[in-house]
Amino acid sequence: MAHVIDDETIDYVGILAKLELDGEEKEKAKKDMAQMLDYVDMLNELDTDSVEPMTHVFPVNNVFREDVVTNGDGSEEALANAPERKENQYVVPKTFI
Amino acid sequence: MSLMNLTAVQLGQKIRAKEVSVQEAAQASLESIDAKEDRLHSFITRIDRKKVLARADEVQKKIDAGELTGPLAGVPVAVKDNMNTKGVLTTAASHILDNFVPRFSATAVERLEQAGAVIVGKTNMDEFAMGSTTETSYFGPTANPFDTTRVPGGSSGGSAAAVSGAEVPYALGSDTGGSIRQPCAYCGATGIKPTYGTVSRYGLIAYGSSLDQIGPIAKDVSDCAAILETIAAPDEKDSTSIRRDSYAFTKSLTEGVKGLKIGIPRDYFGEGLDPEVKKLVLAAADVLKSQGAIVEEFDLSLVQYAIPAYYLIACAEASSNLERFDGVKYGYRTKDYEELHQMYKKTRSEGFGPEVRRRIMLGSFVLSSGYYDAYYLKALRTKALIKAAFDKAFARYDVILGPVAPTTAPKMNSSLADPLKMYLSDVYTVSVNLCCLPGLSLPCGLASDGMPVGMQLIGDCFREDNLFRAAYAYEQARGPVVSPFAREEAAK
Repeated sequence: MAHVIDDETIDYVGILAKLELDGEEKEKAKKDMAQMLDYVDMLNELDTDSVEPMTHVFPVNNVFREDVVTNGDGSEEALANAPERKENQYVVPKTFI
Repeated sequence: MSLMNLTAVQLGQKIRAKEVSVQEAAQASLESIDAKEDRLHSFITRIDRKKVLARADEVQKKIDAGELTGPLAGVPVAVKDNMNTKGVLTTAASHILDNFVPRFSATAVERLEQAGAVIVGKTNMDEFAMGSTTETSYFGPTANPFDTTRVPGGSSGGSAAAVSGAEVPYALGSDTGGSIRQPCAYCGATGIKPTYGTVSRYGLIAYGSSLDQIGPIAKDVSDCAAILETIAAPDEKDSTSIRRDSYAFTKSLTEGVKGLKIGIPRDYFGEGLDPEVKKLVLAAADVLKSQGAIVEEFDLSLVQYAIPAYYLIACAEASSNLERFDGVKYGYRTKDYEELHQMYKKTRSEGFGPEVRRRIMLGSFVLSSGYYDAYYLKALRTKALIKAAFDKAFARYDVILGPVAPTTAPKMNSSLADPLKMYLSDVYTVSVNLCCLPGLSLPCGLASDGMPVGMQLIGDCFREDNLFRAAYAYEQARGPVVSPFAREEAAK
């Protein structure tokens, strides 16, 4: 079945992906996504009802270590590439408007 | 003959034997890069000459003092630009990181430096490793050293071109769905994506965390083994890194293929595969057979489902990994904004290129409420089936042999217009990442258009030894594959 991505869906994806899409780009994104979904629908040919989703190929176990500090104060390193900083902090624009 | 026509191991031997100084090796690389970069554009960042030579001097002193004795001591290297290098611009070929200077190095880079490597630059790639041609780079494309009107492949296209073009003896690449193996095939280089967890991912800018692995791109199989021995190790800083029973890759090289069981999946040689590629890959299998390997055809099954499963998983992981690029902590921030969310959206829309945006959107969609089961979990269930198919194959065979890519390198500007078609060309490589398997790519001849063709050897998890055995035995029979740029270097 051919997928159709409507404006509401692509706007929602824009919110999730934190991307701003203008008119033309939005139309292209709708088409691209519909095309990819049509393609991946191929997976529905496979009966996977009795198959567990495989998140890890190798068995994963907790790995414990002593909680010992090995690094010093990295704040200067962490802030060195910040687009905007004030003393020891990142500066962000207004959060509540 | 130039020093840049030697393999990394050969050059390392000459340096240790004092036939060549580390400075001379570094100079040869810098000069080769100077002579070729306007045609190849393998590099995003070339490290300042004075800094390279100072580093060469430091390494020479350590070799002279007997502190550095390994095979790569003093050998110049290039590093893909998605691996952090302390104090050196690291962009992942993206506008959003085009001013990012890391304050630490990736573990793989650190291990090379501890072994005496001299880094000469950071190589071009598809933006965030998303692409198969190196054309999605914010910094423009790289050319193929066999034909500059063609792409070098991707995403590690800059690393493969730099090695094939004799700008450096070897380079590091990363492979999420074929990004080491496919550019090696297109450029006539040799590379291996190791078993997942073999090389630490700490400091590698993440694309698909369950799929990404760092590996070597080199001129031959011996180099790949020596480089992998140097960079592979468990790492406290990467919780998915694994402590292997053995890291002795070079000792497998000369074990020969007598009795080695090689399976050829019929479903890798069907529709879509260029007949010339098919012929050359099968001829390589015959060479191994003549050396005593047992070669059989078999049906792997599920091959056509690997790409949809891969793209769903890779895009889902990418959408999560790339959330961190928000204009707050590092990288690009949009100039014009009023509030936080608008700043995020504008920064990301301006900072990411079209292919990256496309994959983030698909990933966000398939992870969203209401679609998660139908797409993301379905892909993970399919992955389990594909893994079971490989388990079955490896119960019978030591090595699976097939093509790397369906064709030789495409012309520039012919791939990006149809993303789905570009994704389909990854059909032989993505399963290896989904299943955490090791995969080695090496040249098996030239097609009638003069372009190299690669063959792929796939092993069971932790069985790189079988790949090195088969690849080395074949390579001895094949002889060198040399690009026009490498011949130009040799004529100097």
